[in-house]
Amino acid sequence: MSDSIPTDSVGLVQPQVHHFDDPLTLRSGKVLPAYDLVVETYGKLNAEKSNAILICHALSGDHHAAGIHAEEDAKPGWWDACIGPGKAMDTNLFYIVSLNNLGGCAGSTGPASINPETGKYYGPDFPVITVRDWVNSQARLMDRLQISKWAAVVGGSLGGMQVLRWAISYPKRLGHAICIAAAPKLSAQNIAFNEVARHSITSDTNFHQGRYLEHDTYPQHGLTLARMVGHITYLSDSAMRAKFGQAVSEFEQDVSENFGRDLRTGKLSFGFDVDFQVESYLHYQGERFSKNFDANTYLLMTKALDYFDPSVDYEGDLAKAFSKSECKFLLMSFSTDWRFPPERSRELVNDLLRAGREVSYLEIEADQGHDAFLLPIPRYVNALSVYLNRVHGELNKDAS
Amino acid sequence: MRPDLEIIQQWIEPGSKVLDLGCGDGGLLHYLKTSKNVHGIGLEIDTENISKCIENGTNVIEQDIDQGLSNFQSGSFDTVLLAQTLQALSKPDILIDEMLRIGKKGIITFPNFGNWKSRFYLSSKGRMPVSKFMPHSWYDTPNIHFCTVKDFDALCREKNIKVLTRTVVDLEHQGSWYMRAWPNLLGEIAIYHITKESTD
Repeated sequence: MSDSIPTDSVGLVQPQVHHFDDPLTLRSGKVLPAYDLVVETYGKLNAEKSNAILICHALSGDHHAAGIHAEEDAKPGWWDACIGPGKAMDTNLFYIVSLNNLGGCAGSTGPASINPETGKYYGPDFPVITVRDWVNSQARLMDRLQISKWAAVVGGSLGGMQVLRWAISYPKRLGHAICIAAAPKLSAQNIAFNEVARHSITSDTNFHQGRYLEHDTYPQHGLTLARMVGHITYLSDSAMRAKFGQAVSEFEQDVSENFGRDLRTGKLSFGFDVDFQVESYLHYQGERFSKNFDANTYLLMTKALDYFDPSVDYEGDLAKAFSKSECKFLLMSFSTDWRFPPERSRELVNDLLRAGREVSYLEIEADQGHDAFLLPIPRYVNALSVYLNRVHGELNKDAS
Repeated sequence: MRPDLEIIQQWIEPGSKVLDLGCGDGGLLHYLKTSKNVHGIGLEIDTENISKCIENGTNVIEQDIDQGLSNFQSGSFDTVLLAQTLQALSKPDILIDEMLRIGKKGIITFPNFGNWKSRFYLSSKGRMPVSKFMPHSWYDTPNIHFCTVKDFDALCREKNIKVLTRTVVDLEHQGSWYMRAWPNLLGEIAIYHITKESTD
């Protein structure tokens, strides 16, 4: 390993593609005849195959959760803060499996893949995928890897929803469900933000009813807007004040008092161009994202979020949905998260209590908003680490 | 184990469900789980204690009991436990009602302010008692609702709460015949096992 790679990194990783020929019937009733899932694994599967953890990614995530693909990579995987030797999800102890979900755009079959029936891009013809469909496809991957039971399934945000679905759909196939910054279902406000994002994409003249790849273009403007809106909801007011309130401007001498209103050039333009740092930051984030993410995948992921509500099969009572779950639950939320605030996690905790499940719940003080689940917040990362160390200890006890 | 917890654990049936309000480091629940197969859940707000609970595998929910327990269903636990926290609650009487709504039985322990040491301190010095046991000054104490054994007995009568067992111990958690004879005068920690009398 190169000297430049930190010792607590999983280092260079190589994604693998698993092809599946068994048709997958989706919740919508449509059938996906065959598909690929791209997967990364970190650590070693033990002889009993009992130490596997499944990582479920959120809206814009993918299989690349930890380590780097090449020495020159500027950034490691999206959850590198928590995955690695000696880290909270310790690759010395666990075999960690991370995949790009169906409908994604990082290598698994999705709208930007070629539809074998037509020889063209799937585009808008790719079926709408739900959280339940993802979990079913993850169970097939699990069989392929010859793992009969996950030690834990872990995810934040939309990933946390997959964790909940695992506990409902496959109650015997996971020991622990670790669900971070999630919600039992989206609120009207959540859906509203998603619809703004979708509308900005579909109203872009380059969208071409989703067949933009056939026209050799993509709705860059719409995707940029969608990401800008999304990004605002991931950050808290306090996080934005801190992020854009570092420099002292000519107007505001007191750094802590300027409400994050740092100016880009130090003075107002008295025009409609970008004046404040926060504006240029959002433009940058949105544009960068639009170059790396498929617009149809963004539409699919937001729909999966909107449709998530496991209580629909149980007369609207989520406690009933968890009645057969056998795993233990760990839930965590963050104080300034206004996308899926602590109240939403407490709803889940209360449903789990009503179902008589074993549950622990932590409410982490953090300024970073919804994004906190990706960041090395000491109390959060420590809780994850302590919990999983305990899980690993139980594995050894069971084996002896 | 803390000796008051040693007394409490004898009242808990094997295999039963226990809700521990202010469960601390989860020591009691962990002991009950391993020795009596008790299904326990603890509520706690101290982050260090919560971390210790997770470490020893105790189910712990970060929840301030002073904000109420309405999220717990009636009759969903066999025993609801409140150890050494009653005096720090803003509405202790309502919490006792809630304990006996959620649990079939309740166990409450509290420092007995009627103990002769408190009485002597107040009567001789004319100031609020400060000791190793109650180390806070009046203005910064978390203990805002001190009561005596007699006060608690009166509250139980008022609320039709049946006292199954009442015991008092000293700071070393030793009981004796003279404490049993004069509990309100000699007992330093009161331990109550209570239930709601049937109304029919």
